[in-house]
Amino acid sequence: MNAHNNVSRRALLTGGLATGFLLAFHLPLRAAVNEPVQPEDKTDGKFAPNAFIRIDPEGATTLVMPQVEMGQGIYTAISMILAEELDADWSKVQLLHAPANEKLYGNPIFIIQATGGSTSVRAFWKPLREAGASARAMLVQAAAAQWGVDPASCTTSKGEVTHKASGRTVSYGALAAAAAGQTPPKTPALKDPKDFVYIGQPFKRLDTPDKVNGKAVYGIDAIVPDMKFATLAQCPVFGGKVGKVDDRAAKKIPGVRKIVVLDDLVAVVGDHMWAAKKGLDALDIEWNEGPNAKINSKAIWDDLRAASAKDGVVAKSTGDIAKGLASGENFEASFELPFLAHATMEPLNATVHCKPDSCEIWTGTQIMARVQSEAAKAAGLPVEKVIVNNHLLGGGFGRKLEPDMVVAAVRIAKQVDGPVKVVWTREEDIQHDVYRPVYRDTIAASLSGGKIVGWKYKITGAAIIARWLPPAFQKGIDIDAIDSATDVPYEIPNVHVEYVRAEPPAIPTGFWRGVGPNNNVFAVECFIDELARKAGKDPVEFRRGMLANQPRFLSVLNLAAEKANWGQPLPARVGRGVCLQPSFGSFIATVVEAEVDEQGEINLRRATSVVDTGIAVNPDTIVAQVEGGLIFGLTAALYGEITIEKGRVQQSNFNDYRMLRINQTPKIEVHVVKSGEAPGGIGETGTTAGPPALRNAIYAATGVALRRLPIDRKLLAAGRKA
Amino acid sequence: MHMATTLTINGETKSFDAPPEMPLLWVLRDILGMTGTKFGCGIAQCGACTVHVDGKAVRSCVLPVSAVENRAITTIEAVGNTPSGAKVQKAWLEAEVIQCGYCQSGQIMSAAALLASTPKPDDSDIDAAMAGNICRCGTYVRIREAIKQAANGRQS
Ligand code: FES
Ligand code: FES
Repeated sequence: MNAHNNVSRRALLTGGLATGFLLAFHLPLRAAVNEPVQPEDKTDGKFAPNAFIRIDPEGATTLVMPQVEMGQGIYTAISMILAEELDADWSKVQLLHAPANEKLYGNPIFIIQATGGSTSVRAFWKPLREAGASARAMLVQAAAAQWGVDPASCTTSKGEVTHKASGRTVSYGALAAAAAGQTPPKTPALKDPKDFVYIGQPFKRLDTPDKVNGKAVYGIDAIVPDMKFATLAQCPVFGGKVGKVDDRAAKKIPGVRKIVVLDDLVAVVGDHMWAAKKGLDALDIEWNEGPNAKINSKAIWDDLRAASAKDGVVAKSTGDIAKGLASGENFEASFELPFLAHATMEPLNATVHCKPDSCEIWTGTQIMARVQSEAAKAAGLPVEKVIVNNHLLGGGFGRKLEPDMVVAAVRIAKQVDGPVKVVWTREEDIQHDVYRPVYRDTIAASLSGGKIVGWKYKITGAAIIARWLPPAFQKGIDIDAIDSATDVPYEIPNVHVEYVRAEPPAIPTGFWRGVGPNNNVFAVECFIDELARKAGKDPVEFRRGMLANQPRFLSVLNLAAEKANWGQPLPARVGRGVCLQPSFGSFIATVVEAEVDEQGEINLRRATSVVDTGIAVNPDTIVAQVEGGLIFGLTAALYGEITIEKGRVQQSNFNDYRMLRINQTPKIEVHVVKSGEAPGGIGETGTTAGPPALRNAIYAATGVALRRLPIDRKLLAAGRKA
Repeated sequence: MHMATTLTINGETKSFDAPPEMPLLWVLRDILGMTGTKFGCGIAQCGACTVHVDGKAVRSCVLPVSAVENRAITTIEAVGNTPSGAKVQKAWLEAEVIQCGYCQSGQIMSAAALLASTPKPDDSDIDAAMAGNICRCGTYVRIREAIKQAANGRQS
């Protein structure tokens, strides 16, 4: 999301480059065994010029990761950026998870210490380069002083300073003590991108070797001596409370140690997850379901449709929309997207040890500092008495931008002597998610001479930003909800965009991979295809005609069409669909080729994406993120829907909340365009691209213009027309 | 009180107290501290918990410990000691398959069992052996490529 447009940016640099002792707790990434007690990030005896870099006298170069690793490869990208400007020896690089510290590790786009919105490289590109360059300059100054030469006559490479003229070389490790005494330069000189030696190379990821042998430690793998295991049940109806609990049968189950009954949840603590699970199953819980027991999907959709008939807050208006709509033939459509669960592969969990005067937490989160402060509230302790040990995340996708799983674990742990690991069952994870909200988008457009002359677009849906980052919610506009709606790539003379805030009752909603653009790119790109057909034009040709002043969009679109064999004949009931998107600061065109069988089942044949994301820090990771993002988005298009009946989520596990599997996966090709522009975001782009490209392929194959997700096979069975 | 159960895991004998119907997954993770094997669904839908029993890939979340006494159990921690496991691990890193990695213990166990029984799998063999393993990060394209690399002994 483009939060930086509306949020005043705090200068990260001041905080991020502060020197001094840093109280930090972390898991060494390459720990061969579970480490129950985290070593501190001791900076004494090391060259520690800022929050991100520590070099010890042996040359070991420890980089502290301000963003979390949840599969997107960011630990490697961040390290490459730091190592590039530092001219570090890559073989000596080690990584640490950053501790909770908003001042040192806050994301410059969100201000808070959060990883999400495909912002990591965009937000940290400059501060990390400056951190690396500044440290490098101090090492050079130290060497030059030792040799009595001009710093400008020294060069650096792979963790060494060299003075060519005198043939002298010294390692960074040997300079660590002397460099610590140097004054950092006011404005460190950054490399010319043509001199990059690491950035732009396809580097092997630093986090993957321990992921092939079971050694990688995720939050759910934390082992704390003498810990117990717990699992929980929250009221199946959102907002409901615990009534009566009969625990007689549960207490008889071997290994069950304690039943914790709180006002809104019940947990069973045992010697292992199996005892906890069996114990929970054996409880007889009467819930006070409360007023939300009447909520159902139909009523939610009725409300949303009614809300979308109202006028919204104007998010953008250029030209004269009334005139624009009056000056051509008019077309209208509305698009609807369902609630979605995240279903991170690692079920929600947190291990907590609450003592009277402190609380220690082991988990994997996208929001370190917020988890710390929310846990402190739940524990009734000052923030500094709460230690959060972050871990690798088994997927995040926005679910771990929320602190609820940690807060619940702290509340349970307060009732338990000693540490307790609280693990959610998959059923609890699906039924108590913070869901991607339902959206409805209406579009009215006019066509004249084969071009769009008026475009009136209205988004109706929840304002996640208003809850999650209140200072960024201004004038009634959710900057995430309108992302990719106010900046469509096409040249249209009269554009009007409105936003209607509509919160579904009682259903918690939050960020989901692809955030606002998921909704907007879908509606925009689907409707563009419908307009192309009205104009009697090929969808790629129609888009090209509106991109004369958008060279980056035009070039990815042309290359995608070429690589996907756009326009070449296909068998019956097979179609190609295109999607062009402006999201997350990247320029991406995608073509999906799919077959629709007589029963309306979809066979994904091929997906091709062309990506211009500016400077590609680690190109192979970019390819991987788009591949995986496409699968994530296509999964949602084919299957994703959370429905509500009697105030409860009806889905529960992978049997009824389905995932795409390897046998359904198409061939995927991702082409990364070489570029010298500033880096864009990438982690969510494929997710945004998949659904509209697939829907447009189905439109091409069948003539059926689907306007809701997930795809309704019944509408696609042979012979049906929309 | 339960009777002590004895299992052979990665060639070592392990004895512990557990109810006979307790799934192997929780014995590994919560009693023996072997956390490489993952919990994903608990109902044999995702494959995150895959281990080998006598060389075959099985879902440990629905496998009672009582069913595997006197059987050879191999987990992700030791699969690298088998020829097919070592090949798969190497190919996984060469092809840079992994994203978050949480599903990958299970993916690697399924792939290693496949290669042990079918050294040159075709696409439909791969589909059949791997369709039970969900990857939420969507690494399927590279999983397929890495299995083929492992089978051909190619180095990408
Ligand atoms: S945890 Fe066993 S198959 Fe999912
Ligand atoms: S790599 Fe994340 S679930 Fe497979």
